[in-house]
Amino acid sequence: MDLIIGHYNYWLVIIIMMAGFYTVISQGNLVKKIAGLNIFQVSVFMLYISIGNVKGGAAPIIESDISVYSNPLPHVLILTAIVVGVATTALGLALVVRIKEAYGSIEEDEIHEQDHSL
Amino acid sequence: MIETHLSLLIVVLPLLAAPLVAILPNGRLPWAASTLVSFAVFAMACLQLFSVSTGNIISYELGGWAPPWGIEYRIDAANALVALIVAGIAAITLPYALLSVEKEIPAKQHSLFYSAFMLCLTGLLGITQTGDIFNLFVFLEISSLSTYALIGLGRKRQALTAAYQYLIMGTIGATFFLIGVGLLYAMTGTLNMVDLSERLPALAEHRTIQTAFAFIMVGFALKLALFPLHLWLPNAYTYAPSVITVFLAATATKVAVYVMLRVIFSVFGFSLIEDTPTDEIFLLLCVMGILMMSFYAINQQDSKRLLAYSSVAQIGYMMLGLGFGTVLGVTATMVHLFNHALMKGALFMAVGAIVYRIGSSRIDNMAGLGKHMPWTFAAIIIGGLSLIGVPGTAGFISKWYLVLAAIEQQNWFIVGVILIGSLLAVVYVWKLVETLYFKSANENAHAGIKEAPLMLLVPTWILVLANIYFGLNTELTVGTAEQAVKLLLPGVQ
Repeated sequence: MDLIIGHYNYWLVIIIMMAGFYTVISQGNLVKKIAGLNIFQVSVFMLYISIGNVKGGAAPIIESDISVYSNPLPHVLILTAIVVGVATTALGLALVVRIKEAYGSIEEDEIHEQDHSL
Repeated sequence: MIETHLSLLIVVLPLLAAPLVAILPNGRLPWAASTLVSFAVFAMACLQLFSVSTGNIISYELGGWAPPWGIEYRIDAANALVALIVAGIAAITLPYALLSVEKEIPAKQHSLFYSAFMLCLTGLLGITQTGDIFNLFVFLEISSLSTYALIGLGRKRQALTAAYQYLIMGTIGATFFLIGVGLLYAMTGTLNMVDLSERLPALAEHRTIQTAFAFIMVGFALKLALFPLHLWLPNAYTYAPSVITVFLAATATKVAVYVMLRVIFSVFGFSLIEDTPTDEIFLLLCVMGILMMSFYAINQQDSKRLLAYSSVAQIGYMMLGLGFGTVLGVTATMVHLFNHALMKGALFMAVGAIVYRIGSSRIDNMAGLGKHMPWTFAAIIIGGLSLIGVPGTAGFISKWYLVLAAIEQQNWFIVGVILIGSLLAVVYVWKLVETLYFKSANENAHAGIKEAPLMLLVPTWILVLANIYFGLNTELTVGTAEQAVKLLLPGVQ
């Protein structure tokens, strides 16, 4: 029982990760794929933030009467990863806009059909 | 002054150049600026290789923070060789780019194109230079994001879907790597690769470490297009602008193979691979990749796609050496990294020159062109011979070491696969040669097609001659590779 409740954040990470990953693979709509990719990445952010937590630790700001702090490094790392995620999403959506202009569709199968009917 | 900051300058110079190039007016100025930068970076990469070729290691502390707290750039013979490949190919590709880009990309995008190119160069060089595993992820994403944008600039609309497909798969690969790094950090509390390698052996049995290892392996297998995770590669190489195909084919996958080497040997240690079935899986995938992708290459109707499939097969050769995990095997991998960059660079440049003249890369449209473009045709022949592995070319050296490594393991099956792979390469190279020279198109089709301009021919021939030179003189390639392997596999001799 402790395995489930005590690690609920990790279970959540796994569920979100798989939901996002499944969306990327199963959806034919290009925008939905990007959304899935985003969810997938967010789960990794949560994983890092969970890692950084120290039991009973305070926020990592130096105070005289606190001796246990959470680890700030994973948070900093994940700030970088968030920026990367935003850039990926922006670029992906920009590509979708260009694909819509070129093909008139954002459904994978319709685009595929157009390329092969040439 | 420059000496001490060399390893950082190699990364920072193109990084600073990127925004500068972006604000330059369109025209030839952005090209000139980025070419100049690439020459400077190439010179520095040569200097760097020279200073570590005796076996010493450069450790550079970023911002004066001592490792493992600060980010460390750690250069040994392995990084220096890969950095030299990347910088060298960039310095040869950019002069080639001028005419090819003017033909294939709208004039108003030129400065942005070169800016993205500089960013891509920054990312690839950063991956090779850094000794910090999270920093590696950041550089990986810098190079990947700029690559997606560059591929999307191709002339056909399929370039957009190819870039999109690569974006999805590349991001999944990079995120897998990120998960792996996170798990490693959770277990060891460090991100510095040297530090990791010291703390990991004690934890090797731990499930979390093995999970991290699996995530990192799958993530990078996606990035380096190991069969069957190569699906993004043929489309990306086929539809990207010619210059980008040359640059990516010669550098991007090579850098990913280098990371694989570094992570397996320097961070985890090869014993983890031997204890798990990883090495058998690698060998199996490589064998399947070499054979199947070579057959695919034979059946292609587009010359760029043919070479792209051949690239996936060649990645199989590189990973074979890695799968052996012996001194000879890893030496073969390092040598093939270098030599394959030369041969694929030369071949894609020659095909790019044809595309420049006839505006198509389909093999049907090339019939009889060899007579109109003799120098380009000769470049394809020599590049092709090198790809097959004919003695006297660079390709022979890497195949030779790979076969030696397989014989040393008494693995006659793999020896057979390497030889069959070479025979299949003969078939698909011959397909190009036959169409270019022996098939006669109707006379009007290519009337007025002249030899490619010198600006395209000279870089192509530099790479072609390098193929012959490094096939005869192996001091630089094999010498450095052996030096690198000594550092990667310290215990094994």
